[in-house]
Amino acid sequence: MTISIDAAGKDFKTLGELVRAAGGDVEIKNCLGQRYLGAGARGKKITIQGVAGNALGAYLDGAEITVFGNAQEAVGDTMNRGLICIHGSSGDATGYAMRGGEIYVQGDAGYRAGIHMKAYGDQVPVLVIGGSAGSFLGEYQAGGVIVVLGIGCERRYPFNYFCGAGMHGGKIYVRCREVPSGLPEQVAARPAAEADLEEIRPYVRRYCGLFGADEAGLMAHPFYVLSPNTQNPYKQLYTSL
Amino acid sequence: MTELGKNGAKKSPLDFIGQEFEIDCRKDRCIGCGICAEQCSNGVFTYNRKERSIAIDDSRCVCCHRCAAMCPARALTVVRSRRAWRENAGWRGSDIDEITRQAGTGGVLLGSMGTPKEYPIYWDKMLINASQVTNPSIDPLREPMETRIFLGKKPDQIRRKPDGSIDTGLPPQLSAALPILFSGMSYGAISYPAHLALAKAAERLGTFYNTGEGGLHQDFYRYGAHTIVQVASGRFGVHRDYLEAGAAIEIKIGQGAKPGIGGHLPGLKIVGDISKTRMIPEGTDAISPAPHHDIYSIEDLRQLVDSLKEATSYQKPVIIKIAAVHNVAAIASGVARSGADIIAIDGFRGGTGAAPVRIRDNVGIPIELALASVDARLREEGIRNRISILAGGSIRNSADVVKAIALGADAVTIATGALIALGCHLCRSCQQGSCNWGIATQKPELAKRLDPEEGAERLVRLVTAWNHEIKEMMGGMGINSIEALRGNRAMLRGIGLSRKELDILGIAHAGE
Repeated sequence: MTISIDAAGKDFKTLGELVRAAGGDVEIKNCLGQRYLGAGARGKKITIQGVAGNALGAYLDGAEITVFGNAQEAVGDTMNRGLICIHGSSGDATGYAMRGGEIYVQGDAGYRAGIHMKAYGDQVPVLVIGGSAGSFLGEYQAGGVIVVLGIGCERRYPFNYFCGAGMHGGKIYVRCREVPSGLPEQVAARPAAEADLEEIRPYVRRYCGLFGADEAGLMAHPFYVLSPNTQNPYKQLYTSL
Repeated sequence: MTELGKNGAKKSPLDFIGQEFEIDCRKDRCIGCGICAEQCSNGVFTYNRKERSIAIDDSRCVCCHRCAAMCPARALTVVRSRRAWRENAGWRGSDIDEITRQAGTGGVLLGSMGTPKEYPIYWDKMLINASQVTNPSIDPLREPMETRIFLGKKPDQIRRKPDGSIDTGLPPQLSAALPILFSGMSYGAISYPAHLALAKAAERLGTFYNTGEGGLHQDFYRYGAHTIVQVASGRFGVHRDYLEAGAAIEIKIGQGAKPGIGGHLPGLKIVGDISKTRMIPEGTDAISPAPHHDIYSIEDLRQLVDSLKEATSYQKPVIIKIAAVHNVAAIASGVARSGADIIAIDGFRGGTGAAPVRIRDNVGIPIELALASVDARLREEGIRNRISILAGGSIRNSADVVKAIALGADAVTIATGALIALGCHLCRSCQQGSCNWGIATQKPELAKRLDPEEGAERLVRLVTAWNHEIKEMMGGMGINSIEALRGNRAMLRGIGLSRKELDILGIAHAGE
């Protein structure tokens, strides 16, 4: 059974208590930027109508969150398991430090998407951005998979400056026609091979299923893979005193 | 990270530094057993089994005294080398050595533990009061004396329920039997038995230890009621069970020994349980970025506090740990308004498992001045009750604890002192990962040298002894509750301090 909560006029604390008290699935209506919804949630579905505030699904541990609207900053901060699906765009630091689970953003993501994402054991976090990403995409990335589909993007590639700064693990897949330029020396870019495309096909398929896009059309377009440049890793030379 | 040998990799005469220490081995006592060679992980001793003879390379000695402590014949003494530099007040021997090392390697100087440089130690320039004639002193052995503390927000005013009765509800509090907690040290920086010893001691003492930013080993969840779990910029090992396991959550913004910089645990050290506890694959670098990338303001900090509280249903106090830096009072004022329950201030003489030497020795300010200015600022602004203060970073004994509390701390945190209780001899070589005492190492053959049970008992004895001494000093002042000592600066006098220093510390000079 799904419990319906009207968010109008409620602050995040009140709303958070209602969501936790609900036990089972909840639908939040008239959401207007209330923060921390679904923080640490597990074992339930949360549907949000409206705009979800900062840190949606922070520390998420298995719950499924769907937003019919946009989401603000730090979606899925330190998320461990679960699914976040945004029928709209998301703000800065989407997927910050996520270790597991999947985030799908139908439209664009702000600055620092996928920052410090990491993988562990069988947990490989996935962040799929349908449109384009802002600067510092995949900054400090340590693991996991970021896919940027660039749907509707008129620029040469669907992200801004300083992509992959500090990247030391994981992969970024970018749908674009030419090799991205201006990457840090510590990031290597190459055209996606068949095996690479197979790796992301399930995520693209899920994106298309969620938002009704054309899988074959998307996958027919060239992709580039960005990964840490093993020839040129971040290192500091130390001498012990 | 590329680590070069203690004296650099190259063998040019230009790299010559010479030994800092020498092993004085009394041949009349040495029985040729070879235990020294077995015990020294630095390779000072080479044992020739056939001839039962020992060759010594003094240049590898870090002065940790393991060999001397283990020698069954008491034949060994570690002494300062007789090597000399021509006296020069501007260019000390250490300056010459450091340039030689850097010219030979091109490396950033890396060191560990608190700064060894001579900066003023204000603890030693403050004297504690005692009662005479009026307000008689108290004998703590025979009279009740309260050292229990409650860390957390206290209400601005008395609140009443609709029926007129007093609302006794409080925001979550951390209650410790004594005003001493163990500071954050990660599993990774220190060994499994060192962490276990701290956890056991915290439980027995009724206080808390702190995971540092390395996550919480599965075996230690059972000590959760006495554990503070840390959330740092890398978010290593942070997940819901971890947050729920602890008695409080600490957001690490900065560390006294290395304010303003992040951490980098090289992939080489991410093995076995360290990988499991940090929740990152073996062999991958663990980079803690210098900033939290979601925090650019006090409002942002508030969001991290709130999100942690939401994730743990407002059951846990949140601590924010910052390094003592120049504008610490203004920063603390912001922190007090961020919704955090406790602020931990770490002074620049605090320890570390590894830090760039120039940062450790030059960045930050002493805890005594930072603490006094934070407490004064929060009082001035009428918000001191909104946040409790933990002070750490160079607390060496019970008198330092008493002085810190009189300057305004609710409690102190100790780490270097705790490690010394576990056998650390402050050789400042933690960054090499070959700690002969089994503390700052992940090598199983070295870590097993530390018996966690013996370690826990030593910690309990140390802190219990300090608490007795604290009670003696309180009794002498005619104070029977630690709460009455907090911020009670009338109990302190400065000795040999300038007017400015006295003003900042908020104390009068001795004789005034």
